[in-house]
Amino acid sequence: MADSIVPVFERPNSLKPVASHFCPGCHHGTIHRLVARAIDQLDLQQRTIGVASVGCSVLLYEYFDIDVVEAPHGRAPAVGTGVKRVHPDSIVFTYQGDGDLAAIGTAEIMHAANRGEHMTVIFVNNTTYGMTGGQMAPTSLAGQVTTTTPYGRNLDTDGNPIRMAEVLAMLDGTSYSARVSVDAPKRVSQASKAIRKAFQIQKAGGGFAFVEVLASCPTNWGMSPLDANERISQEMMEYFPLGTFKDLAEA
Amino acid sequence: MDKRLFVKGNEAVCMGAIAAGCRYYFGYPITPQNEIPEFMSRELPPLGGTFLQAESEVAAINMVLGASAAGARVMTSSSGPGISLKAEGLSYLAGSELPAVIVNMMRCGPGLGGIDVSQADYFQAVKGAGHGGYRMVVLAPNSIQELYDLAIVAFDLADRYRMPAFILGDAMIGQMKEALIPHPYAPASDLPAKDWAVTGKHGRSKGNTLKSLYLKDGALEAHNWKLQDRYRQLQQHEVRCETEGLDDAELIVTAFGSTARIAKTAVRMAREAGLKVGLIRPITVFPFPEQIFRQATERCRKVLCIELNAGQMVEDVRLSVDRQADVRFYGRPGGTGSLPTPEELFEQLQKHYKD
Repeated sequence: MADSIVPVFERPNSLKPVASHFCPGCHHGTIHRLVARAIDQLDLQQRTIGVASVGCSVLLYEYFDIDVVEAPHGRAPAVGTGVKRVHPDSIVFTYQGDGDLAAIGTAEIMHAANRGEHMTVIFVNNTTYGMTGGQMAPTSLAGQVTTTTPYGRNLDTDGNPIRMAEVLAMLDGTSYSARVSVDAPKRVSQASKAIRKAFQIQKAGGGFAFVEVLASCPTNWGMSPLDANERISQEMMEYFPLGTFKDLAEA
Repeated sequence: MDKRLFVKGNEAVCMGAIAAGCRYYFGYPITPQNEIPEFMSRELPPLGGTFLQAESEVAAINMVLGASAAGARVMTSSSGPGISLKAEGLSYLAGSELPAVIVNMMRCGPGLGGIDVSQADYFQAVKGAGHGGYRMVVLAPNSIQELYDLAIVAFDLADRYRMPAFILGDAMIGQMKEALIPHPYAPASDLPAKDWAVTGKHGRSKGNTLKSLYLKDGALEAHNWKLQDRYRQLQQHEVRCETEGLDDAELIVTAFGSTARIAKTAVRMAREAGLKVGLIRPITVFPFPEQIFRQATERCRKVLCIELNAGQMVEDVRLSVDRQADVRFYGRPGGTGSLPTPEELFEQLQKHYKD
């Protein structure tokens, strides 16, 4: 009977009813959904301003039903700073990939965090440059074969993968820094809580909140969606441990 | 009677910006424009505004982009090397149709060059420092009063045409002190509402999006034609230019900014010596006063362009007169000890007047 069907899973209001351009098995869709749900749950849709970055996540405005400004590559935290200083009562978040945040935009993220800008940063770490076709990222693992490390990432010449959640946790301006993953239902639920918390902190005027999300990129890893999903727990978590590295609200 | 102040150029441009309602400034220190961030850091907080010293020129221009996107009147300033770093942001501002005011107190280059006066950033400002084929309004003040007045004009033009407006000053005009009458700002009543700004939806049915990425078939071309149409409108409606003695001139001298001050003195010396010399001083160097040059050279077939660089604006003069006049150039590339005296320019005027 139709009236006995109870919806338990709906599209968040903050997401538009459109199909995404993301590849099969890509985790951006899941992460978009978690961000949208946090915005809905905290009743922030009407005052949220997103800052889109350069990479696969640039089309944020195609999927989120909110105001969005697009930033140059790596500059989202600086653009977000300008927005937030003009509208201190708004909720500002940036959504950035690893090349954007941890390579070309290192200065911007470090100093936005260090100033304690009242914004939320969602950092999607999939160890590769997705949009440009799978080049080495600042987070690519040792030995990882990419289109610009055809012999594998060599730590002696290419440097070490950078752990941004830990780095930012060291800055006095950071209120919250955590690393989560969306590779399994339980961890999706944990990620959801961390993302909600990062928005909750901003809503309460609590300063700079950062969530790094480990994510897959089956296309550029050259893996099936299932194998790519496996790689997160099999290879990435050892170097990028999940956890909360700073939480001033708990301290 | 209006009050008269005795202020530095770097302060005057800030006073004009504040009069125009600018309450946000993001910048980074570089000589010879440091009085600008210093002034703003002192004056904006008591007005409820924001001054932020950014971690880099790149971050500063992107904070400007964010504040502009949020609907505010916002300014940044720098000098040559810093403007090079801001070039990325200028292109994104232009591509995203965002108004902002950017000041360059030119120093000499290339590279680190020096901190003294030069006009070698003309190409950078007028031809577009960044990628992708955009333009900015470029205003070239030649006095402390004009720095104040044109700062106000820059904000209005930026808002009216939704594009960055650039004030092309230099070390001399920035560091120099002279009298300023700080006229109050009379807001233009017909400026378009910033209904495109990101503020949070607050009940709007659709979210506002500000971007420069256009991937769909034909979308980027349409966007670019729209921008080009605005540049054409600028050329039709917003040219500003000072002219003197063109009616009987047998030689037209042209110069912009600080150099125009020296050139003007040389032109007066020439007139006193009985030489029929006129002056064209572009105040907007983009849009360039093409028509004024074309009309003036229908009668007078000789133009001498004087710049503190090795020849940059002279190219726009040549394009404007389109071979109907003999366009000559005198310049020095700038740097300490290379500012010409009025006597030096007068000598050049005499020489070019004769042959």
